[in-house]
Amino acid sequence: MDTYEDAGLGLLGDPTRRAIFELLARRPSSVQQLADQLPVSRPAVSQHLRVLKNGGLVVDQAEGTRRVYRLNPDGVAAMRAYLDRVWDNALTAFQKAVEADPTPEDQEP
Amino acid sequence: MNTATIPAVRRSVTVATTQEHAFRVFTESFQTWWPRDYHIGTADPAEFVMEPTTGGRWYEKGVDGSQCDWGRVVTWEPPGLLVLAWQIDGHWAYDPDPSHASEIEVRFTAEGPGQTRVDLEHRLIERVGDTAQALAEGVGAPTGWTGLLEKFAAAATTG
Repeated sequence: MDTYEDAGLGLLGDPTRRAIFELLARRPSSVQQLADQLPVSRPAVSQHLRVLKNGGLVVDQAEGTRRVYRLNPDGVAAMRAYLDRVWDNALTAFQKAVEADPTPEDQEP
Repeated sequence: MNTATIPAVRRSVTVATTQEHAFRVFTESFQTWWPRDYHIGTADPAEFVMEPTTGGRWYEKGVDGSQCDWGRVVTWEPPGLLVLAWQIDGHWAYDPDPSHASEIEVRFTAEGPGQTRVDLEHRLIERVGDTAQALAEGVGAPTGWTGLLEKFAAAATTG
């Protein structure tokens, strides 16, 4: 179950990898299409895709002469990875909300 | 049917306030911090509501008066413990089948005067497995999770 363990922070902790994951969530893409949208080289994109694929988050498929990557359609690991991101962001927002108003107005003695 | 167990998502933050206040903001003031883009109704959300009792509803109200359930309050034990059933599938749609519900446990622990640790665990994600296939399509839409996440991250880092 290492792949699932890695599906959270491990795999998506890298900002470039996270960007690739989020681009693929938007639409299936080839290596070139991803490289066109990111400030990294094509080999670097390939390298990150390999990690994501080994981690079970994305799959690839030949379409004509190119290879197209998409989120793993079995979805559960990808779902977990998303929820991990959701709560990371949500708790950050929660923390800011609490600390913007840190004093309980009506605290009981 | 996916029977594999998926490790829970776990997150912790420490906030500079009392346990009571942290619990209250998380629940009663849920809508002040939950990013408005994360909603499941077709109408723009007017309000997010978590009823303050075990068995209470957890839902959103749209600006047109419509209501969409998110799940239920499973355990309501202020100021220390909150458990919620999350009945939202990969399409951000309500799934009324309780056997598909994942679960969110939130523990509030006083760590000192005015310091509270909040430990969140989102577990039983594998129960969503039957609908998770929808994720690949759901997130492909412009309103899918990725677009939401981007707005979410932007909102969380401003102000």
